[in-house]
Amino acid sequence: MSGGRDAMTGPAANVPAVDAVRESRRQLVGDALAIAAYALPVGVVYGLAALQAHFTLLDVVTACLVVLAGGAQFAAAGMVKDGAPWLAIAGVTALVNARHLLYSAAVAPYTAARPRKERAFMAHFLTDETFALSLAHFRRIGRFDRRGYWVAALAILVPWTLGSTIGYLAAGAVDTRRLGLDVAFPAAMAGLSLGMVSGRRDVAAALGAVAVAVPVGLVGGASLGLVAGAVLGPFIGLAVPASTNEESSSPETPEPSAEAGLP
Amino acid sequence: MSLGLIPLAVLMWAVTYPARALPQLAPGIERLPPAAVAYLRLAGPAALAALAAVNCLLTAATPPSVLIGVEPVAVGACALIVAKTRLLFPGVAVAVVLVAVARALGAG
Repeated sequence: MSGGRDAMTGPAANVPAVDAVRESRRQLVGDALAIAAYALPVGVVYGLAALQAHFTLLDVVTACLVVLAGGAQFAAAGMVKDGAPWLAIAGVTALVNARHLLYSAAVAPYTAARPRKERAFMAHFLTDETFALSLAHFRRIGRFDRRGYWVAALAILVPWTLGSTIGYLAAGAVDTRRLGLDVAFPAAMAGLSLGMVSGRRDVAAALGAVAVAVPVGLVGGASLGLVAGAVLGPFIGLAVPASTNEESSSPETPEPSAEAGLP
Repeated sequence: MSLGLIPLAVLMWAVTYPARALPQLAPGIERLPPAAVAYLRLAGPAALAALAAVNCLLTAATPPSVLIGVEPVAVGACALIVAKTRLLFPGVAVAVVLVAVARALGAG
């Protein structure tokens, strides 16, 4: 994680003053700590959900390190619990994480001059938080900063994995149903969905997904209802006129759902 | 030693990583039609809302039926708190406490 001049590339050819870089890194660390402090308890909730879905601790840690995508991990835990086929879980994962395409496109101009292997490795860590933190940092200094990228990536990877482990181990020692902890999963899903909402089309897509998922689930089972809602909900959203912020938002500056505090 | 759900994690990585990497490794590939970009933007909230709905509005029985109880109310309370504060953890905490109290009182 060296942040020297060799790591400084990006759309802007100018080299910013060293003080400006330091100041931006200070701000990055402060923002990263705030996200880390929040990712830890959300990770605890995920660990709990994973335990209820009969994951092993190794499954939980592997998911955090290999998948590193909180919304999809929560979704997978719920679907495993419901006995959904893995293909359906993969489909929902692809849908939930499709937004990363937009994040990667937004970061690409800053990483373009880095070696291909480095770009390929960094891409694995491109979560909502990594995107939000690192892009803001790159914009402040006008170029890529390797150290900044890894501060952003570790700010979510470490607390998310640690929190998930703590949640898994702690929940195993208590009666989760008596304590109401079984509601944490659907509550987290509803909250995460709202965390991604930024306009009336998002609201319509989310409500449309619910309107499809429940009746289809009643007839064909929860898994089918989930997939039907996830696939058809966005079409319902697209049928609604876009609000002002949705019309003006550029694909190159997507809004991350970083407020939720998970990858 | 059983691999458990580790292959599932690898499968999930396999459908996640291309979205994270392709625009950086193959510039231009992200230039999707506007309608596809708009659809992708809406896929996240829709999938998670559907997941919340089937987990709090349907019973685990086969075939499922509509769940009547404190759980949907608790999830609704969580949604309200997140909508107000944009923070997930307080919402989840309130939902859990609501259900725990209801069950302690014999209402859950």
